[in-house]
Amino acid sequence: MREKWGPDMANNGVNKGRRRFLVGATTVVGAVGVVGVAIPFVSAWQPSARARAAGAPVKADISKLAPGQRMTVEWRGRPVWIINRTPEMIERTESFTAGRLADPDSQASLQPAYSTGQMRSIRPEIGVLIGICTHLGCSPVYRPEPDATGVGVDDWPGGFFCPCHGSRFDLAGRVFSNVPAPTNLEVPPYRFENDNIIVVGEDEETA
Amino acid sequence: MGNSNKTRAPRGLMRWVDARFPATQLFQDHLSHYYAPKNFNFWYFFGSLALLVLVNQILTGIWLTMSFNPSAEGAFDSIEYIMRDVEWGWLIRYMHTTGASAFFVVIYLHMFRGLLYGSYKAPRELVWIFGMAIYLTLMAEAFMGYLLPWGQMSYWGAQVIISLFSAIPFIGPDLAQWVRGDYLISGITLNRFFALHVVALPIVILALVVLHIVALHEVGSNNPDGIDIKQKKDEAGKPRDGIPFHPYYTVKDLVGVAVFLFVFCIVVFYFPEGGGYFIETPNFEPANPLQTPDHIAPVWYFTPFYAILRAITFSIFGLEAKFLGVMCMGAAIAVMFVLPWLDRSPVRSIRYKGWISKLMLALFAASFVTLGVLGVMPSTEGRTLLAQVCTAIYFAYFLLMPIYTRLERTKPVPERVTG
Repeated sequence: MREKWGPDMANNGVNKGRRRFLVGATTVVGAVGVVGVAIPFVSAWQPSARARAAGAPVKADISKLAPGQRMTVEWRGRPVWIINRTPEMIERTESFTAGRLADPDSQASLQPAYSTGQMRSIRPEIGVLIGICTHLGCSPVYRPEPDATGVGVDDWPGGFFCPCHGSRFDLAGRVFSNVPAPTNLEVPPYRFENDNIIVVGEDEETA
Repeated sequence: MGNSNKTRAPRGLMRWVDARFPATQLFQDHLSHYYAPKNFNFWYFFGSLALLVLVNQILTGIWLTMSFNPSAEGAFDSIEYIMRDVEWGWLIRYMHTTGASAFFVVIYLHMFRGLLYGSYKAPRELVWIFGMAIYLTLMAEAFMGYLLPWGQMSYWGAQVIISLFSAIPFIGPDLAQWVRGDYLISGITLNRFFALHVVALPIVILALVVLHIVALHEVGSNNPDGIDIKQKKDEAGKPRDGIPFHPYYTVKDLVGVAVFLFVFCIVVFYFPEGGGYFIETPNFEPANPLQTPDHIAPVWYFTPFYAILRAITFSIFGLEAKFLGVMCMGAAIAVMFVLPWLDRSPVRSIRYKGWISKLMLALFAASFVTLGVLGVMPSTEGRTLLAQVCTAIYFAYFLLMPIYTRLERTKPVPERVTG
C-alpha cells in the first residue's frame, strides 16, 4: 500500500491549487458551523423561561404601612422598598442642600419617566425604590431619623446608608457626593392598582 | 514504529511498554536526566508544593461532589450533612477549604520567587505566561467554589464580584445577567458555577500545568544566580552546575512536603476556619438575598485586588469611579502578564541587580501585603488614602520597571553558580 499511495501522492500528480481550495472552502464552512454551534451554548446561559416567569410583577398592599415606615417586597429576587414618607420627611428631603448630592435631578439615574420630582415617585408620600446599592449591589440600611448615628456625616436628612462601602442616599434614593455609588437608587417600574395596591414590575399606563 | 533514537529498557515489562509508549524516555526527559541547577534554595519548594495541593484539591473535591447538592435549596444543608453525617466528611471538607488557602499561599510565594530571581525573563517568558494563566484560572476556580456552600458571604461576595461586570459600559448589565443566568444570583447561578468549578476549570488548570512544565523543561530551570547552566557543560554534554532532578530534587522536595504537611495538618485539625479568614464567619448562615451582611470582605487571597478596587474613589477623564476601580483591578492582574517585557535589566537575579530594583521589589511586596490587609477591613478615609498610596506603588513597580532596570548599575554576574 505504501508504494502505491505514499510517494505518488507526495510528489507526482498533486494538484496543489485544488488542495488549497478544498482546505480553504472547508475552513470557511467549518467556521460558519462553529458560530452556529456556539449560539445554543451561549444562549443557554441566558435566564431560562422559568427564571423569566419568576421575574413577573408582584403586588404589595400598602394599607397597613404607617407613615414613616418602610416595607420590603421581593421582585426578581431583589428587595423593593416601599416607604410611606411623612410630610416632615418630604420637607427634610426637598430642602436638603442639592450641592451635597451627586445627581439631585436624577439625570444620570434609572427611573421610569412617571416617577418625577425631587421625591422620584408618582405620589410624593409613597416612595418605591430597589433596595440595592448602585455601587456593588449590597442592600443599604434604613436610617430615616434625622441626624442618625453611624452614617458618617453630620446634618443627616434621613435616608439609607450602605454598610459595605459607606454610600449614602436620601429618602428619595438620591446619592450623596463623594461616596463610591455613582448613581441614585433605581426606581423600578410600578403602578397603583388602587389606593392601597401597588404593582411592582408593571409600568403605569400612560393615558 | 516510533523513533529508534528513543531510550528503551533492555528487558522485561518495560521493554514491551517502551516499544509502544515512551515511558522510559519520558521519565529520563523530565526526571532522571532533567538537569536542574544545583543551587536551588528555600524558594524552590513551592512549585512542587503547588502540584501537591492541586492533587489534594482534586482528590478531596471529587469526594465532596459525592455528597454535595448543587441547588439553592439543598447546598447549605448538604455542607452541614458532609460536616456532621458523612463519615470523615468534616476532614475531607476541611482539607479542601484549607487546601484552597494553602494553594494561594504557595502560589504567591512561587510567584515572588519568580520576581526575586527574574525567572520570567527570556527565554522563560512562556513559562511565566502559562503560570499567570494558571493563577488567573485558579482565581476563577476559587471564586466559583466559594459560592457553592451558599452561605451569606458566598452569596454577597459573588454578588459584589459579578456586579463588577455591570460596570462595563453598554454591555455590562446584560453581561452580568448572562453570567448569573437570572435577574439575581440564584440556584441557576449556583448550578453553573458548580459545573464550572468541578469540571471545566479543573480541566483547564490541568492542561495549563502541563504546558507550564513542558515549557519549563524545554528551556530549563532558572536559579538564584539567574545564570544559564547550559553554558558550561562537561565532556558528556551535561551542565557542570546541574544535578538530575531525580533523585536530588525529588528527595529535597519530599522534605518540603513533610514540613508543609505538618503545617497543613495543624491548620486542618486545630484552626480549620483560619481565624475567620479561610472560612468567613457569615458563611455559617444560609444565603439570604434580602439581607446584606454588615461587612463584605472577600477571602484573603483576593483582598489585595479588592483593596485596589475600593481605592479608586474619584472620577477622571469623565469616567466613573466605579468603572475606573474595575479597570484598575483588571489592570493590576493584566500588567503581570507583560512583566517579561517590562524588565530591561541585563541580569536576571535580584542578587546582581541595582539598589533601585531591590527597593522597588521590597516596596511592591510591602504594598501588596498592606493592600491585602486593607482589603479585609472596612474602609475609612485614612485607610482609603493608604490603599491609594499602595496602589500607586503597585503600578509604579511594573510601569517604571523599563526605566529603572535600564538606568541602574548592575553587579557582575558570576561564571558558575554560587552557594
